[in-house]
Amino acid sequence: MKNVSKSPWLLHYDASSCNGCDIEVLDCLTPKYDLERFGVINTGDPFQADILLITGGVNSQTASVVKQLYSQMPAPKVVVAVGICACTGGVFKECYNILGGIDTVIPVDVYVPGCAARPEAIIDGVVRALNILDKKTAELYAGKSGAQGGHDGR
Amino acid sequence: MYLIPVLIGLPVLLAVWMPFLREERVRGTVVYAGAGCIMAATVWLLVAWGTGGCQSTVFFTATKTVDHLMSLGDIFLMCLIVFMSVKYHRLAPALLSVAQTALLLYVEKTVPIAEKEHMMVDWLTVLMCVIIAFVGGFICIYTVGYMKGYHAHHKEYKDRQPFFFSMLFLFLAAMFGLVFSQSLIWMYFFWEITSVISFLMIGYTRTEEALENSFSALWMNLLGGLGFSVAIAALAVSQGSAQLSDVISSSSLLPLACLALAGLTKSAQMPFSTWLFGAMVAPTPSSALLHSATMVKAGVYLLIRIAPALQGNAVGLMVSCIGGFTFIMASMMAIAQNDGKKVLAFSTISNLGLIVACAGTGVKETVWGAIFLMIFHSVSKSMLFQAVGATENCLGSRDIEDMHGMLLRLPKLTYIMGIGIAGMYLAPFGMLISKWVALKAFVDSGNVLLVIFIAYGSATTMFYWTKWLAKLISQHHARTGVEDVTHRDEYLSMYVHSVIMLLLCLLLPLVATYVVDPIVAEMFGTSVAVLSMSVLATMAVMLASVLIVPTIMFFVSKAAKKQLVEIYMGGINRGDNRHFTDSFGEEKHLYLSNWYLRFEFGRRRLLKPSLVLSAVVLIIVFCMILGGAL
Amino acid sequence: MNRAVLVIAYLVLAPAIGGLMDGFDRIVSARMQRRRGPCLMQPFYDLRKLFSKQMLAVNNVQLLLNLSYLAFIVVAGAMLFGGMDILMCLFILSTADIFLVMAASSDSSPFANMGASREMVQMMAYEPLTLLVAVGFYLAAGSFHVADIVQAPVSAVVFMPGMLVGLMFTAAIKMRKSPFDLSTSHHAHQEMVKGITTEMSGATLAIMNIAEYYELVLIFGIFALFFVNSSWYSWPAAILLCLGIYFLEILWDNVSARLKWSQVLSSCWIVSLLTGGLNLLILMLIQ
Repeated sequence: MKNVSKSPWLLHYDASSCNGCDIEVLDCLTPKYDLERFGVINTGDPFQADILLITGGVNSQTASVVKQLYSQMPAPKVVVAVGICACTGGVFKECYNILGGIDTVIPVDVYVPGCAARPEAIIDGVVRALNILDKKTAELYAGKSGAQGGHDGR
Repeated sequence: MYLIPVLIGLPVLLAVWMPFLREERVRGTVVYAGAGCIMAATVWLLVAWGTGGCQSTVFFTATKTVDHLMSLGDIFLMCLIVFMSVKYHRLAPALLSVAQTALLLYVEKTVPIAEKEHMMVDWLTVLMCVIIAFVGGFICIYTVGYMKGYHAHHKEYKDRQPFFFSMLFLFLAAMFGLVFSQSLIWMYFFWEITSVISFLMIGYTRTEEALENSFSALWMNLLGGLGFSVAIAALAVSQGSAQLSDVISSSSLLPLACLALAGLTKSAQMPFSTWLFGAMVAPTPSSALLHSATMVKAGVYLLIRIAPALQGNAVGLMVSCIGGFTFIMASMMAIAQNDGKKVLAFSTISNLGLIVACAGTGVKETVWGAIFLMIFHSVSKSMLFQAVGATENCLGSRDIEDMHGMLLRLPKLTYIMGIGIAGMYLAPFGMLISKWVALKAFVDSGNVLLVIFIAYGSATTMFYWTKWLAKLISQHHARTGVEDVTHRDEYLSMYVHSVIMLLLCLLLPLVATYVVDPIVAEMFGTSVAVLSMSVLATMAVMLASVLIVPTIMFFVSKAAKKQLVEIYMGGINRGDNRHFTDSFGEEKHLYLSNWYLRFEFGRRRLLKPSLVLSAVVLIIVFCMILGGAL
Repeated sequence: MNRAVLVIAYLVLAPAIGGLMDGFDRIVSARMQRRRGPCLMQPFYDLRKLFSKQMLAVNNVQLLLNLSYLAFIVVAGAMLFGGMDILMCLFILSTADIFLVMAASSDSSPFANMGASREMVQMMAYEPLTLLVAVGFYLAAGSFHVADIVQAPVSAVVFMPGMLVGLMFTAAIKMRKSPFDLSTSHHAHQEMVKGITTEMSGATLAIMNIAEYYELVLIFGIFALFFVNSSWYSWPAAILLCLGIYFLEILWDNVSARLKWSQVLSSCWIVSLLTGGLNLLILMLIQ
């Protein structure tokens, strides 16, 4: 099942990043790296996204937002944590308002470390995420985890 | 024909009876019975006339006594207007009324007018009768329920229901008289009655605003009445006749132009549009009956009657240009309105403009389109007014903004409103077919201005209806529910209207062949195949797409397994789709508004220039006619 | 018989052709931006993915309204390719768009609602010219029927070059191209998320995309009507010219920035009046 991996659409969310990783994420779309040649579209909309790309650690203000955005994405979906803050909380880990990495609120499938993460690393992370996406699609259709990632909105 | 006096007399009797019925239940029963009798009499007329071979027949040649009674009636109306004007310190209505009545009486006394038949029954008359009896009758029934809710809702106004019902029935009588009349003097009498009733109904609440608006409606309608009496005088002097048919056959432009002026004022065309949206202060049944479904149609009716004479002359050009101009300007101004009734008022003015433009062009196809528009507009506008009135009684507001998500709160009323709105502009419904016919006919008649008006006007029309429809259909769960306090009487009328609307749409080709074609054939001698066969095939496609496709899709989308989630608010939805977290971390209520483009399309910007422009056109044409340039 | 073949061809092939055109658009756009761009079949991969996703929705009526949008566009297109009345076809096309607006408004969400409002403004902007174009065909060919228009001895563009220019201007709205892509955009990152399609996901969005492909083919059908006449070689010529027009639209998309709604409305209305209205006046005078 290569349905999803041929057209992965991204949702990029900045949980509390310093914008370093965000710039690198945008770099991937520039002519030099051109993620769109893999069919990747950076859509701003969780309803249409397959990959949730998060930069920065989760703080008390963004935790609910991350959860909500994740719940609004249709399965199959994967989460990529970009940058060391998103992976573990980074240097801000001990801050009073930081809960830690993204995996403290939602399940993360791919960790892309770096401060800031390099575009090559981000692209590599996305490609790895595609494999997981394919696996999840297969599982979804095999009915193993039909309600996977499903969050009841009401 | 004994049925004509019955149709006019019966509502008069009911009108006289109403003030004596103080008991609400009894009054309701009488209204039901009366409306039923009027409808039955109309059906009887239809059958009797149909079995008689659908011939246009004329009646009442020698009517000395009735003529004198009507003169007395004219004088009475004049006295009433003068009295009201003096009471509320207005000058214009009194002057206009005295002038026109004096002129008419003077002409009647001094100029010998050939005594000819005074009334006539033909296809157009019968169609008008059916509209008046059925739309009017059901509006009367609606009023029974509505006025209860209205006075429960508006405690501040004095309850004058018997008077209101009286006026409703009297109005029906006047309308019947008007459409039967062949003599202009008789028609003038009924014309004046409708003006005065409209005045009295707008002033029903007796508030400052109502008074102001009722007088503005009065003087404009009286100006039309003055035009009417000048037309009679001019015709009597030049032709020695006061017959409607002689206006068409005579070649002189003055009576034609004066009658056109009367028609334009009555149908609230620019520059006389202001009275109609002022009239929206009246209780909704009178808006539905007088100010959209029937009375304003009297103006259009007169114009359609004289349409064959309007083709290709300056008066016709003036009428069609003013109509087309009104169509586009009123539809633009409707965009900036958020009061449901105001939108309906502007849309009425705008649609009447289209009908007037059709009538003014005066060729077969456009008259065909005009009649078609008239039928559809009467039914769907009456329905929309009723639905808005009922909604106002439930929600306590008729602001379109407050109708957000009405589909979930008042589903029945929303469906009715939706059918009405769809009937006004969506593809398979009648108005659009009429617009299609009109556009084609305008092209054929070579009037490029009208084509451009209609092209731009339909775009703006689409905008204001779509945003209303979109507001209704929003799936918004409001915090508090609303109780549907609509009475059964109201629903009865609205259901009947929506069924008629849907039937008209389904049976459109039949309506075209058996109702509209004969009218055109009668007016022009020959008929015209406006709807070609392929269009009928188109209609079949449309109906399939309206009935079958949505049904299938309904089941398809029902079968689709969906998981419902919250709407997207940048991740800060509070979970109920009504609130979000603001930048202070506090809960804020979500409020969604339509676009009103007030700065671009507001009345403040557009009204005055368009009034001036159309007034200038009117004045120039009149000067040219009076100066003998034409 | 011939017409039935055309209608069936439209019904079956239009999504494929529209998809290919979209793929072509994405490649050309990418090259204009010195990128490689996705492959030609990318739109079909997108569609396949969208259909395989979980059905998420925010209410129960959006799918129904989206399906109605698709159905009305298909009906309108079938009418055009079936040689029927072009004016009626355009009326149905605008009815279809109304369903899209309702589908977006049914969400009662801030972004979709804003998109719906803007979509309505866009409709108001392009509607006058489409009607004028239909009237222009009527004057040029003497009939509203597409079947008669294509049989004309001389191509309609000879009589209505102004309308063609005007339609090229306003068709950018229909194709959701800059500078008129207010309500939703094919490009990522705009100020109101995805506008009218914000809450559409999975199959619902796929249906909307398919409807847009049908619409794209329909619009180029109207463009082709300007060029075809009774001779056979006008058909390939029309196809080539349509491709040329499409290229110009893409170029325009890439070199212009998005306008504000009032600029969209006024510029479209003025251009419609100057091109369509003047052309109509001249047509009526020479008739």
